[in-house]
Amino acid sequence: MLNENLGIFYALLGAALAAFLAGSGSAIGVGMGGRAAAGVLTEKPELFAKVLILQLLPGTQGIYGLLVAFVVLGKIGILNGTAPDAAKGLLFLAACLPIGVAGLVSAIHQGKASVAAISLLAKRPSSFGRAMLLPAMVETYAILALLVSLLTVSRL
Amino acid sequence: MKDYIYEVARIRVMENSLLTRSDFDQLLAAPDHEAALAYLADKGWGGGAGTSDAESMLKAEEDATWDLMRELLGEGHELDILRLTRDYHNLKAAIKDLYASSGLAPERLYLEGGTIPPEEIRKAVEEKNFDRLPPAMQEAAVQAHQTLSRTGDGQLCDGIIDKAALDALTAAAQDAPDPVLTAYAVTTVVNADIRIALRAAAAGKNAAEISAMLAEAPDLDLNMLAEAAVGGKTNVAEYLKNTPYASLADALSRSMSAFECACDDLMIDRILPQKGEVIQMGPLAAYVIARETEIKSVRLLLTGLQNGLPREQIRESLRQCYG
Repeated sequence: MLNENLGIFYALLGAALAAFLAGSGSAIGVGMGGRAAAGVLTEKPELFAKVLILQLLPGTQGIYGLLVAFVVLGKIGILNGTAPDAAKGLLFLAACLPIGVAGLVSAIHQGKASVAAISLLAKRPSSFGRAMLLPAMVETYAILALLVSLLTVSRL
Repeated sequence: MKDYIYEVARIRVMENSLLTRSDFDQLLAAPDHEAALAYLADKGWGGGAGTSDAESMLKAEEDATWDLMRELLGEGHELDILRLTRDYHNLKAAIKDLYASSGLAPERLYLEGGTIPPEEIRKAVEEKNFDRLPPAMQEAAVQAHQTLSRTGDGQLCDGIIDKAALDALTAAAQDAPDPVLTAYAVTTVVNADIRIALRAAAAGKNAAEISAMLAEAPDLDLNMLAEAAVGGKTNVAEYLKNTPYASLADALSRSMSAFECACDDLMIDRILPQKGEVIQMGPLAAYVIARETEIKSVRLLLTGLQNGLPREQIRESLRQCYG
């Protein structure tokens, strides 16, 4: 019984870290983008739609973390599946770390890149395409981490 | 550490209204002073106050810059270093006005936008209550006031206050919240040191006396500068070639106005990297410096047009653009 509870604890800790770390990173990144967007919109309200897209770019990491957390919950007897033992619980925890950590770091840096892109848009409103591509590059590493976490959790 | 994301983003939009080289070309192509004023008014200069008076238009632009900074930074003192020299100018004006009883209107004597309201400085000087001034100013104020009363020598009075202003700038540069502000203080002090050294040498002062009049500046050996100044402008230019201010040497060899222009251009060169900064307060300081330099260029241009100077001569006096 203890072994089983410990397994659920580890797996839940993993799910919580995936959602919490990646979500926190997104909150920080989107918050930074929001402040930059507000600065631009004070002077140029007509850019609302474009800066909103740039602001939201760092928000995806939070969704990735949530997705991995849901898959874990669906496999450990919370939403579905069976309770894991302690060793398997630790494996779930390990599998959640890539999206948790990479999500946190990449969202913060994507937020900074979004702020810079919003500044670029403020200077040259016609450069929206290029401005969006720059922070989107950071997304690559969040997606790689998502793939590792998702594939590992699915196989457990 | 505080970040300035919102403020910098707003400044990025405002930078779009800075005048570019092509705007200055258009202004130079204007047939006369009035046409240039009309062009500026079309660009939004003067805040819709009309185009008849150039000084009112330029003052409106200066006020607009500082109003924006007040809006962005509230009661923050981050940019005080950029306003310090106005306080010392006002101190000088108050002491000399009290001595000479010029009867000039305050708006012609004092500069707005300092860290201390001009009327407060005037009151402190009138009542000889120098304790009302900030500690860094008190000693210079007392000394300048006594010197002027005793000798009647306005230049001596200026020298004391100018030195105090430069010392205050140097001290403020040590605690400046951003490297742009440090660069501003250092460039201002270097520019002033060179001008003071040359002026003092022309007035027949020796190297030791000149050296005592100068304020400390990084990478500038005051004794060597003073000795070079005794030998004339060419020697100072030669000395500068061996310092990080080598870019000023050629300009100094040409003329003092070319040197002033080179100092402002050096400052603009130093703030250019702020175009890539998005979080720290550097772009705010850079914007204020850019605006003040731009207003200086426009003032030179309008004065040149009004006095019928050749366009090429006016063009040479224009500063580098940040916009």
